[in-house]
Amino acid sequence: MTAYLTAMQAIIWREGLRFVHQRERFVAALVRPLVWLVVFAAGFRAALGLSIIPPYQTYITYETYIVPGLCGMVILFNGMQSSLSLVYDREMGSMRLLLTSPLPRWWLLVSKLLGSSAISVVQVYVFLGLAAVFGVTMPPVGYIAVLPALILAGLMLGGLGLFLSSWIRQLENFAGVMNFVIFPMFFLSSALYPLWKMAESSHALFLICSVNPFTQAVELIRFALYGEFNAPAFGWTALATLVFVGLAIWGYDPSRGKKRSLA
Amino acid sequence: MHALWKQGCAACPPRGAWLNVAGVFSVRGLSHSYGARLALDDVGFDVEPGQFCALLGPNGAGKSTLFSRLTRLITGTPAQIAIAGVDLETNPRKALARMGIVFQQPTLDLDLTVFQNLTYFAALHGISARDARPRITAALERLDMAERAHEKARALNGGHRRRTEIARALLHHPQVLLLDEATVGLDAAAREQITAHVHALCADEGLTVLWATHLTDEIAPDDQVVILHRGRVLADAKARDIAGAGDLKTAFLALTGAETGPTSGGTP
Repeated sequence: MTAYLTAMQAIIWREGLRFVHQRERFVAALVRPLVWLVVFAAGFRAALGLSIIPPYQTYITYETYIVPGLCGMVILFNGMQSSLSLVYDREMGSMRLLLTSPLPRWWLLVSKLLGSSAISVVQVYVFLGLAAVFGVTMPPVGYIAVLPALILAGLMLGGLGLFLSSWIRQLENFAGVMNFVIFPMFFLSSALYPLWKMAESSHALFLICSVNPFTQAVELIRFALYGEFNAPAFGWTALATLVFVGLAIWGYDPSRGKKRSLA
Repeated sequence: MHALWKQGCAACPPRGAWLNVAGVFSVRGLSHSYGARLALDDVGFDVEPGQFCALLGPNGAGKSTLFSRLTRLITGTPAQIAIAGVDLETNPRKALARMGIVFQQPTLDLDLTVFQNLTYFAALHGISARDARPRITAALERLDMAERAHEKARALNGGHRRRTEIARALLHHPQVLLLDEATVGLDAAAREQITAHVHALCADEGLTVLWATHLTDEIAPDDQVVILHRGRVLADAKARDIAGAGDLKTAFLALTGAETGPTSGGTP
């Protein structure tokens, strides 16, 4: 068992070091949601009227509304960027080291996911700190209660990225991931507007948004930030995590090499 | 012996019987196809413990596919593969633990130091940082790399990066060392040094070595040579026996035909 923990620790440590070495990535990860918070939200504040919906007990500004969604955005981008780094890793060959370790592959992949989730969590906390500087604050208990929600969301989106990376053959395909995964997931969710707003304009879109696992993750984070537990959102997020991580482990099964070369 | 393999696995001895030979490295009845293209066609050979075996073949002969199968990066049509006496198909993790691998592609993390790279690898094999330290020191000394331990991998030249990768492949004390065109892209001096180092590891430590290459000058007369061409084993004997009266290169070219092109120089 210590062998397993040694490997997990090293994989998380390496993910952390890689992140520290890529300072641009860290800055980009923070600038992106801040632009949304400061510029986009300011413009939308006037256009969008928000009624009082749980977990909010009073009227809130639009800035306050989109902070949980932007937390989700940070995790979404980080999860996909980890998948990009996996494609890159595999081309560079260092993924081979991971895949030829005598430890079980699922364990190594889960360790990798925990590593990328840990990085997401750090990014989100820095973002929440900056949001507080811009005057968007949460109840103090929310900052602690949100931690498990962030980890779960990180595992879910990291799992999705890992699964996609087992299919993506080339680095350039990251643009495709942006267009067909990140944007639809983000815009067809409750990150930028409450779902009832969506329901007013199109019932079909409302249904799509409701089943989008990203919506569920954002709602889990939103409630947790106010110290509340959203059980359905947790259930959906946990289920989606299991499915995505399961698909990712299947995606890296060596017998799939029958059809294509890993080289 | 060769004829036996041609009959396929129905003619092989039952699984287990042939595995009792201690430490043997053996491949029997290994075929692999990508869709309709047959990359490996009933490949089979044995390597005695402590033997340096060169897997010689032109580009596209199937060497990389064979490596991917031996290292279980891919699996496919069942075959009998024994790594130091352990069946790869039924006991893959134990087999991987006995195997040191140097990939053709660079696999060092360039932002980390040599020492950090090796510590990370040791951890992937379940060796803690504390236990890894003496192993890393010993392995680096073996490859004359001790004084570079705390340099970033990015600062090393190609030859030193490769030596680091070989040192790394020895950390978990494998019995078999697999190297897939380990000298690709290196200059003549570095190529010679790496080749000499690995031959020495084989002679001094009793490591079984499988060395894939398309360059005949990396092979010593006493080495076993398995010539792979278009996914088939064309010859399996000592280098001096294959060379006969002439040299190995001539024999290799004659066996694989004229279409193999130039065989000298490090092509990627």
